[in-house]
Amino acid sequence: MVQNIIDVRNLSKSFDISTKEPGLKGTIKHFFRRETKSLKVIKDISFEIKEGEIVGFLGANGAGKTTILKMLCGLIYPSEGSILVSGHLPFRRKENFLKNITLIMGQKQQLIWDLPPIESFYLNASIYDLDKIEAKKRIKKLSEMLEIDEELFIPVRKLSLGQRMKSELLAALIHEPNILFLDEPTLGLDINAQRNLRKFLQKYNKETNATICLTSHYMKDITSLCKRVICVQEGSISYDGKLDLLLKKLSPVKEILIVCRSEEDAIKLENSGFTVKNKIKNEITIKIENNSITSSLKTILNNFDIEDLFINEPPIDEIIGKILIKKDYDI
Amino acid sequence: MNLRKYLKVYKKFLHTSLASELEYKTNILVDLITAILSLIGSIFLLSIFFQNNGYIGGWEFEQALIIQGIYTILNGITNTWFNPNLTEIVKHIREGTLDFVLLKPIDSQFFISLKKINPSGILEIMLGYCLLCFCIRINQININLSFLTLSMITISCSICILYSLWFFISTTTIWFVKTWNATEVLRSFLYIGRFPLNSFSFSLRIFFSVFIPIAFITTIPSEVFLGLSQLWKILLEVIVAAVFLITSRKFWLFALKFYSSASS
Repeated sequence: MVQNIIDVRNLSKSFDISTKEPGLKGTIKHFFRRETKSLKVIKDISFEIKEGEIVGFLGANGAGKTTILKMLCGLIYPSEGSILVSGHLPFRRKENFLKNITLIMGQKQQLIWDLPPIESFYLNASIYDLDKIEAKKRIKKLSEMLEIDEELFIPVRKLSLGQRMKSELLAALIHEPNILFLDEPTLGLDINAQRNLRKFLQKYNKETNATICLTSHYMKDITSLCKRVICVQEGSISYDGKLDLLLKKLSPVKEILIVCRSEEDAIKLENSGFTVKNKIKNEITIKIENNSITSSLKTILNNFDIEDLFINEPPIDEIIGKILIKKDYDI
Repeated sequence: MNLRKYLKVYKKFLHTSLASELEYKTNILVDLITAILSLIGSIFLLSIFFQNNGYIGGWEFEQALIIQGIYTILNGITNTWFNPNLTEIVKHIREGTLDFVLLKPIDSQFFISLKKINPSGILEIMLGYCLLCFCIRINQININLSFLTLSMITISCSICILYSLWFFISTTTIWFVKTWNATEVLRSFLYIGRFPLNSFSFSLRIFFSVFIPIAFITTIPSEVFLGLSQLWKILLEVIVAAVFLITSRKFWLFALKFYSSASS
């Protein structure tokens, strides 16, 4: 049986936020007397993650995804509740725990700006107490997986964003962690760089059985990497389960474009009881519920003269977008 | 603490930091010229003060030069290690890159205090050392084991006090986010350390001994050089240094509990 590697129980986090009125008057007032209010950004959440799982955290900006990741890796103290990651209390940041995890943030970098990435790799290797031979071996292996070579010897400031991100990944994985926390790792990357990064993460997960917790606003990252998603809405979990079930739940019907041999067939089909979205000459678009697609298609093919048909999957960004709108969608 | 690992990491810090600095040759040259001009300017300023009667606070010009020498060494240490590292704390906290430091299996205080080095500050340390050697000659100071031991102890304590003060102020960034000005105020106070403590009024002497112990930083080591030091003062400096060092460490660990990281 696969063990739980992350166990979160009734976790909450509050921050003290200072508020400021607009204008000069507000600025002066803010300078002398700051009004602060406690804001509960994470509200009593619980979940478990099994070893080797890739879990995507979905939610709008400010929903609390990054705060959850930061509490899981021990950067932020929880206000209430408990977290156990790989048998450790993360916020104690014990050496054995830190050697097991890594955090990669798409918008922040740890590489030394003026030097080639290889210098940062060897620095990290010494911090993780790896000898030179072992470090060299791991750099070679990871650089092959990430398909980077010459870039290792070019100053970071002269690398493209995609090359820099690959180097960031290598620097963050040199100690071969078994839990990866990724906060928008593909942010700002072009389509090819995004695809390469996803390919690498899939391969890394397959080869090392590492657990990956991921946040991303690029739906392709989520759909190609995560079987399971946790949706965060205003600090609470609104859905925790399989991605395909969520998609079915959010989009219970499919659109089918049917091209009939003649316009008469299209008219016959229009009046046969299916929900019609639109009809142009001999082309008709109907809506069918997911659970009755097979039987409905069978009926159509047996009773009408069909030239061609297309099943249109609704755009995933559109579906997921529904749950990113605050207070607007109940899963 | 695994000392071997920390030495290995420090060696890497030195290597990467020097390599980064050497990427900008002109910058290093300008820094070196600034250090030499700053020392010449300080000695010139000091000589003006001594022009009238040759004494300030009971110290002759040749004796006061010892304070200048110690100040130059301490300023060199500040420019070599404290300035490049401790001012970065503010940046780390504002931009949230402290996350990377905290997630490394290494002491975070060690990491953020020693990661960088500014090689031009080393020249200042060497200049200060040369000035001290010159002072030893003109003041006819007898070099023996006890002199060497006591001067080493007092200068080391001065470094600890200075580091702790700076680190303490930088740590408050966790709550106040921006504290550049506070570290600048500390640097301004440090300039005061170029003059003998006795040259100030009684109230200022109390202030610079009790509240901001600048007096300990330069005057006591200088007294050791001149054989004027009293054992209780040296002991007091050791105690003050230990208290400052321990307090700054505890304060850092306490402050980290309030670190909220920067938003993404």
